[in-house]
Amino acid sequence: MIMCREATRLMSLKQDRALNFREKTALRFHLSMCGACRACARQFDLLHAIGERHPAALKTRSTSDD
Amino acid sequence: MSTATQSTEEHIATLRPKLVAFALLQLRDNAAAEDIVQDTLVTALEKHSSFSGRSAFETWVFGILKNKILERFRYERRYLSWQDDELSDEDSFENLFKENGRWQAASKPTPWGEPDQVLENAAFWRLLDTCLMVLPDNIARVFTMRELMGLTTQEICEALSLSDANCWVILHRARLRLRDCIEKGWLTS
Repeated sequence: MIMCREATRLMSLKQDRALNFREKTALRFHLSMCGACRACARQFDLLHAIGERHPAALKTRSTSDD
Repeated sequence: MSTATQSTEEHIATLRPKLVAFALLQLRDNAAAEDIVQDTLVTALEKHSSFSGRSAFETWVFGILKNKILERFRYERRYLSWQDDELSDEDSFENLFKENGRWQAASKPTPWGEPDQVLENAAFWRLLDTCLMVLPDNIARVFTMRELMGLTTQEICEALSLSDANCWVILHRARLRLRDCIEKGWLTS
């Protein structure tokens, strides 16, 4: 079972590459029990979304690793 | 002077502040940002031919700027020095976590509300910029290359001579520190 620190590592990794089955399962299980990490996961998603909205960001984004 | 040239100049006048803001977030130095934007605009004026729409032109000029920034990073990478603890996944990330891997009480994330509303909020964007500026240069550079320039981790690693694993550790650290900084600013504002 993973703890919050490892869960945040997987949430971050998820923004940069696809998680494998084991990683997904571990993260999903942790998030089902941890409200703080669920909030953190949404914030990481938000930080990933800034690229399309930031006034100084490029409009065209590379999605080759999504 | 043709009307086409005039409209290019108008486009450039409106585009310039956006280019400078973008370069500044990447380079974190006013003079360097002004220089690289100047250089970009000279290249754009030399090469511009036919652009059907404004957004195609913007995307094209931003593309030139992005390449110039990347060239500069490639050139500078020999001067970039990484502290071992910036690349290591072993510590507690500035005490955000307890020894057992759970959140420290003071660092526990709390919900920010609906993402769409947060992204509409000007205070959020001010906080984000402030928090990006507070991040150490190296870490901010990797984060903005990923999330503002939209580069893949492979592209970032190649430009900065880092391993994939290094990149992921740095991005993890950047996201944790940014969310912590934003949340603390959010609560006190």
